[in-house]
Amino acid sequence: MAHAAPVAAGMADCREAWVKTLIEVAEADPRVVCVVNDSVGSSKLNAFQKQFPDRLINVGIAEQLMVGVGAGLANGGKVPFVSAASCFLTSRSLEQVKADVAYANFNVKLVGQSSGIAYGELGATHHSIEDFAWLRPLTTITTIVPADPWETAEAVKWAAAHEGPVYLRLSRMPVPNLDVPDRKFQPGKAEVVRQGDDVTIIACGTTVHLAVQAADALKAEGIAARVLNFSTINPLDEAALHAAAATGAIVTVEEAGVRGGLGGAVSEFTAANTPVPVEKVGFPGFLPTGSTEWLFKEFGLSPEGIADAARRALARKKG
Amino acid sequence: MLKNDPVALIREKALWMRRTAFTMVHRARAGHPGGDFSATDIMATLYFGVMKYDAKRPDWADRDRFIMSKGHATGALYSALAAAGYFPEDWLPTYMQPRSLLNGHPNRNYLPGIETNTGPLGHGFPVAVGIAIAGQLTGASYRTYVLTGDGEQQEGSNWEAAMLSGHRKLVNLTLIIDRNRLQQGTGTEETSGLDPLDEKYRAFGWEVVEVDGHDPAALLAVLGAAPGDKPRCVIANTVKGKGVSFMENVASWHHGVPNDDQYAQAMKELV
Repeated sequence: MAHAAPVAAGMADCREAWVKTLIEVAEADPRVVCVVNDSVGSSKLNAFQKQFPDRLINVGIAEQLMVGVGAGLANGGKVPFVSAASCFLTSRSLEQVKADVAYANFNVKLVGQSSGIAYGELGATHHSIEDFAWLRPLTTITTIVPADPWETAEAVKWAAAHEGPVYLRLSRMPVPNLDVPDRKFQPGKAEVVRQGDDVTIIACGTTVHLAVQAADALKAEGIAARVLNFSTINPLDEAALHAAAATGAIVTVEEAGVRGGLGGAVSEFTAANTPVPVEKVGFPGFLPTGSTEWLFKEFGLSPEGIADAARRALARKKG
Repeated sequence: MLKNDPVALIREKALWMRRTAFTMVHRARAGHPGGDFSATDIMATLYFGVMKYDAKRPDWADRDRFIMSKGHATGALYSALAAAGYFPEDWLPTYMQPRSLLNGHPNRNYLPGIETNTGPLGHGFPVAVGIAIAGQLTGASYRTYVLTGDGEQQEGSNWEAAMLSGHRKLVNLTLIIDRNRLQQGTGTEETSGLDPLDEKYRAFGWEVVEVDGHDPAALLAVLGAAPGDKPRCVIANTVKGKGVSFMENVASWHHGVPNDDQYAQAMKELV
């Protein structure tokens, strides 16, 4: 595929954790099956297919069918993981996601691969930066955006055991495991990665480790920034948002469009409950041509960009 | 007596379903009676002559599945499910009333006996394919029947489903096409022609059978036949509005609502 970016030391492609964990849950639970749209390789499912050839259902390049088949497999007692590039999974088959999965409330796990702008220079058709906005109103779907390999593995295990629709938004961008002691995966609960009371940086997915670096830079300026790994987009952790608002300034960071995404969700909540300045880091709309790495830096998804946003939020802070 | 005469039983249930569906639509001032009536005999045959189910155990893993892909035909679906014992008949008058479990399109979370939520066209068939694949994987004995409208065949998702079904040889799957030749506004052949539908499905790897969709004996023979070596497509030639003289083959009865005189006239004819 387009990107075979070298993986730096300490960084890992979360898809490795995804498939390793999926094989583990499939070994333990014969109901677990996978549905793909000719996306075996890009979903890193070759090892799963080798071990469970009958349990890998490749419907061909047919995303509407793929999601409908997932719902049908759930009706027939299976636990289907429907895995495809998130740009196609969440847009081509959005009506199936709405009617067949969310509204029918089937036990289907939608797994969006190579989400956000993983396909960089392939352009906006292959970017998946609208998916939060499309899925957030589908309130029956639990949406989880793992920040690192550890959380990816935990989320896959949780999704397999959970009865109900789930959207797992995975990336192929190498990220480090977050340095948090005594971690426990709790869907629906934001994870405090850095303590701080001057400003709260709310990040998800591939951007959390960048937010940590931003917080470390701000600390050198005497600014104590809280960093939240906000891996569950739906349902929102309202208690964490109340606490974030209490710091008086918020920054949101996401590898997604700022309209209707994590920043939109946080803004909706705080505007209605505890108005507070919110600076959003993310993408404004269709993006120009460029690699994933270039686009991240160009649009401020970097330690420097996030720290700048925190300074802007602090400048707007009352009192 | 009826138990010994399956065709008479189906005819009796179909008559009750038509009267019931039209009463529901008349009362609700909404519905899709034309498509209810073209599908009624097919559904009565499935529920009272073909399918294996236990209305007291709607989640029984080995039940045969019926998926109403033309989800607007809830007059036919709800009357069939009530007749089959899935819920009490006295729920039927709540059809489309505020907070009724009998929504305009079916919701499996509201009512027992509904396999999936349909309404937008082209959804039921792919879900039925998934159900059939699940049965194929586990070696389950259940069969899956999905009913689509004929205009609904214009949705591309059906052809994705048709292609995969043929490829996987889903012999436990039966697709029934309610071939009344009318869609909402006009004829299917005037809109985006479907013919030759039989050749299309054969080319996609299906066994194709044509049948008079209002002849219970013929429907019983076709729908009750043992699986072959391919998925089975039953093209049921039907009449939209079947059973009421002024509705038959009139496209506007797709979602027409009868006034009191029309309702009385229909009840006189449906005997």
